[in-house]
Amino acid sequence: MLAALVLAAPALASERHPTLSELEPELVCPSCKTTLDLSTAPIAESMRAFIRRRIAAGDTKSEIKRRLVADFGPGVLATPPRSGFDLLAWLVPLGGALAAVAVVGVAAWRWSLGRPRREPAADPSSNGRAPLEPELERRLEEELARFDA
Amino acid sequence: MSLSPKALAQALAVAGVAALLGLLVWKIAHRETTIADEVRGGKRPEAPGFTLPRLDGDGRLALASLRGKTVVLNFWQSICPPCEDEAPAFQRSWERYRRDGVVFVGIDYWDLSGNARRFARRFGITYPLVYDGPGTMMQPYGVTGAPETFFIDRTGRVVDHHAGQLSEDELAERLEEVLAS
Repeated sequence: MLAALVLAAPALASERHPTLSELEPELVCPSCKTTLDLSTAPIAESMRAFIRRRIAAGDTKSEIKRRLVADFGPGVLATPPRSGFDLLAWLVPLGGALAAVAVVGVAAWRWSLGRPRREPAADPSSNGRAPLEPELERRLEEELARFDA
Repeated sequence: MSLSPKALAQALAVAGVAALLGLLVWKIAHRETTIADEVRGGKRPEAPGFTLPRLDGDGRLALASLRGKTVVLNFWQSICPPCEDEAPAFQRSWERYRRDGVVFVGIDYWDLSGNARRFARRFGITYPLVYDGPGTMMQPYGVTGAPETFFIDRTGRVVDHHAGQLSEDELAERLEEVLAS
C-alpha cells in the first residue's frame, strides 16, 4: 500500500504539472517519425512551443496529449493507447513472448526426456566391472574360500 | 502419411519464409505510383478524393463537391517560409480567377490547427482551406514537401503539378493552360 502510494505520487505530479522534457519522449514528430526529444524538424519546434504555452496555461499532461491527438491523430503518441484496436499493439507482443516461453519450456522438457539415463556410479571394489548376481557372488565366495583352504 | 511434430514445425517455418518472400516480391512488383509520378509521366489521373474539416469555418469540404470547376489544390504548412512567400500571390490569383469557375483549395498538413488559422488570418486568405493534420492525403498525391500545387480540370483529372513555390505569373500561366485545355 505504502509502496503504491510512493510510486503513484510522482506520476500524479507529472500528470497535473507536466514539464516539456517529460512530454517530449512521449510524442512523435509527424514529419520525421521520431520522438520530439530527438527531432529538430520545424514542426517539432512548433509542437514544443505549443506544449510550453499549454503548460503555462495550466493544462494537464492528458489534456496536452488530447489536443495534439485532435490535430495529428493517435500516431502522434509514442506509445499506442491501451484501448480499442490499439490494445492489440500491447497484447500481440505479450502473447508472442508467452508463446515463446511455452515453446522453449516444452522443448526443454522433451529434450530432457529423450536423454539416455546415466548408469549409477560403479562400486570401487568392483574394479570397473558390473556387479555380480547375489547367487553368483555367493558361489564365487565359496570357491575362493575353498581355494584359500 | 503422418508427419512428425519436428517435420511439421520445419514445414511451417519454410512456408512462413516463402510467404514473406512472396509478399516482398508482390510489394516490389506493385509499387504504388503517386499522382505526381503519373502527371510527370504525361498522364491525367483522377484526383484522389477527400473530405476534410474546414480550417476557415465549420463543416467539411469534399473535393467531389467541386466537380465541374477547375481546382487549384495547394498543399501548405504555416511553418514553411516558401508558403508564406506564395500566399499573397495565391490570394490575388483566387480573386482574379474565381469568376472563371476556378476554385482554390488549400490543404494544410502536418501542422497545428491554431497556427494554420493564424497563418490564414495573417495573409487574409479567403479561398477554402481544409485541415489534414495527420497528412493522410500526402501519400496518394505524392507530396514530398510544402508547398506543392496540383491543377485539377473540370472533369476531376489532375493535369498539372508543381513542387515548390509558385509566383503569381507562373500560377497564371499554368492556370490559363488548364482553362484552355
